Amino acid sequence: MSRAYIIRRLLLAIPSLLAISVILFTVLALAPGDPFGELATNPNVPPAVQAALRAKFGLDDPIWLRYVHWLVEMLHGDWGFSFASRIDVETLIMQRLPVTIAVLGSAQILAILVALPVGVLSATRPYSLFDQVANTLAFVGFSLPTFFTGLLLILLFSIQLHWLPFVFRTNLSSTGLTWVWEEIRQSIMPVLVLGLFQGASLVRYVRSAMLDVIRLDYVTTARSKGIGARHVLIRHVVRNGLIPVVTLVAVQLPIVFGGAIITEQIFRVPGIGSLLIDAILANDTPVVMGVTFVFACLVVLFNLIADLLYVWLDPRIAYR
Amino acid sequence: MSGSIPASPTVEAVGLGAVAPRATAPLSPTREAWRRFRKHRLAVVSLVVLGVMVLAILSGKLVWRVPIDAIDFSAMLEGSSWAHLAGTDDLGRDLLARLIYGGKISLAVGVAAMFVAVCVGVVIGAVSGMASGRIDAVLMWVTDMFLSLPQLPLLLLVIYLFRPSLKALLGVQGGMFVLIVVVIGGLRWMPLARLVRAQFLSLREKEFVEAARALGASRLRLVVRHIMPNALGPVIVAGTIEVANAIIAESTLSFLGLGFPPDVPSWGRMLFDAKDNLDVAPHWALFPGLAIFLAVLSINFIGDGLRDALDPRRVI
Repeated sequence: MSRAYIIRRLLLAIPSLLAISVILFTVLALAPGDPFGELATNPNVPPAVQAALRAKFGLDDPIWLRYVHWLVEMLHGDWGFSFASRIDVETLIMQRLPVTIAVLGSAQILAILVALPVGVLSATRPYSLFDQVANTLAFVGFSLPTFFTGLLLILLFSIQLHWLPFVFRTNLSSTGLTWVWEEIRQSIMPVLVLGLFQGASLVRYVRSAMLDVIRLDYVTTARSKGIGARHVLIRHVVRNGLIPVVTLVAVQLPIVFGGAIITEQIFRVPGIGSLLIDAILANDTPVVMGVTFVFACLVVLFNLIADLLYVWLDPRIAYR
Repeated sequence: MSGSIPASPTVEAVGLGAVAPRATAPLSPTREAWRRFRKHRLAVVSLVVLGVMVLAILSGKLVWRVPIDAIDFSAMLEGSSWAHLAGTDDLGRDLLARLIYGGKISLAVGVAAMFVAVCVGVVIGAVSGMASGRIDAVLMWVTDMFLSLPQLPLLLLVIYLFRPSLKALLGVQGGMFVLIVVVIGGLRWMPLARLVRAQFLSLREKEFVEAARALGASRLRLVVRHIMPNALGPVIVAGTIEVANAIIAESTLSFLGLGFPPDVPSWGRMLFDAKDNLDVAPHWALFPGLAIFLAVLSINFIGDGLRDALDPRRVI
């Protein structure tokens, strides 16, 4: 892969990010909600102080000026100040981000671990009993909304069986191996909910991608040369069939973030998803802007990675 | 072996020799589609299930005459009984009546949001597919950008921010309905636009379109009479599945407490209220959850059956 392609692709991501930030900023600016609304009704704050505060935060400037201001500050690493938590937005996000990434990452791994073997096996024997059962289960899996599966798991494992805690805690007092065990125990349910939902929607994509490859002539050739079925499947079919799946995993990421917000809310995981909800409810504009922009950046980043991986995996794709 | 895998277990191979000579007169396209749909057993079962659900939701109020907001403190958080078939919530309100009411909202939101998404998607996809060149490039860039917007955060944000002003304009329930429908539809048209564009790109080069063009058909007539009807199959399939997605999206919003107000019992809102009482009243969460699940599952299966019927070449 040429370096020019990578640079070109990186440069192409910048206008997308700018456009996304403009959309987010405009939505926030046009909205009637006002972070200083409470201040205006508070009789203890004299109007002069109010006006000074508004001027200090630039709330009365025209939208485009505020946007440019925000952009410049953001590029300098200053994401603003949380009105509700009284700390810098970037510190707040950095506190919350690791938990979200850990839960999301393990869920993605679980999804791939489930979807790959099931999808490949289904594709090797299309319309067999296994394929039909897997297909039906996949339908059930992505028709079950994550908020309902979350509640069902809590009902079963926390309330009926008392096996798992249903509140996620970051201030676990134990250390060493017990700490690891506690962490695993409290992450099982969120990861399971997200991972199985993702896996269910991925199975059908894996299966159809494999079916596209399995009927190609080179697979027949490999088989007729006397290479074992296992070897053909792994070395010839799966390797090529996985290429479109890579893109699909990246394209589905916005949906995964949606799922993360829900599971974080159900299991009270202190990640950026629950931070976003809290910030929205508290009218905390800088935090809302920061978190949504982080989500957007992650989506664009993973699309970029998928594109680069795609070219790397499949040299037939011409990079212009 | 190669090339012999049919797109679905119920679809006949459309290759050479597969078309048996028919003794009877050929069926009309609709009958033919229905014949293929019927072969998808789960889709037919789902059609019946969804039909029963819709019927129950539409006529349920006539049979089950309990009001949705009759508070009864002597029957709080009760399980199923003859007086309350689906039990009661924390204020003693009848859950079955609320389920029926919520179903109306969920289905209406689903269908209306689907229409918004389909309309926007078809228009953008059609313009993009017919125009090509710079307009196409710009429209596809916009589509790609919308695809990389973080959907749920944006959905939550827009709903939360614009709720008060629309409430004032259209009333509590109407304002919320319009807002939710427009926002869900407005954030879900992108796959449809891409689909329609791809269809248009291949269809507009076909011989029958060329023939119509040679006969002097205008561009609009080409699109409306010749290309659009042939592109419709996949759009109907995608639209059906979009209804299920919109129902999930609406329930998600309500579940996060940002959808319909508390006095409007949509299915997601009932789950939101029930989640803090899971230990004492699991039935409160189970019934609305099952209702969402059943509706979404049956719509998804119907979509799959429609794919066999209308778009048999596609695998997935």
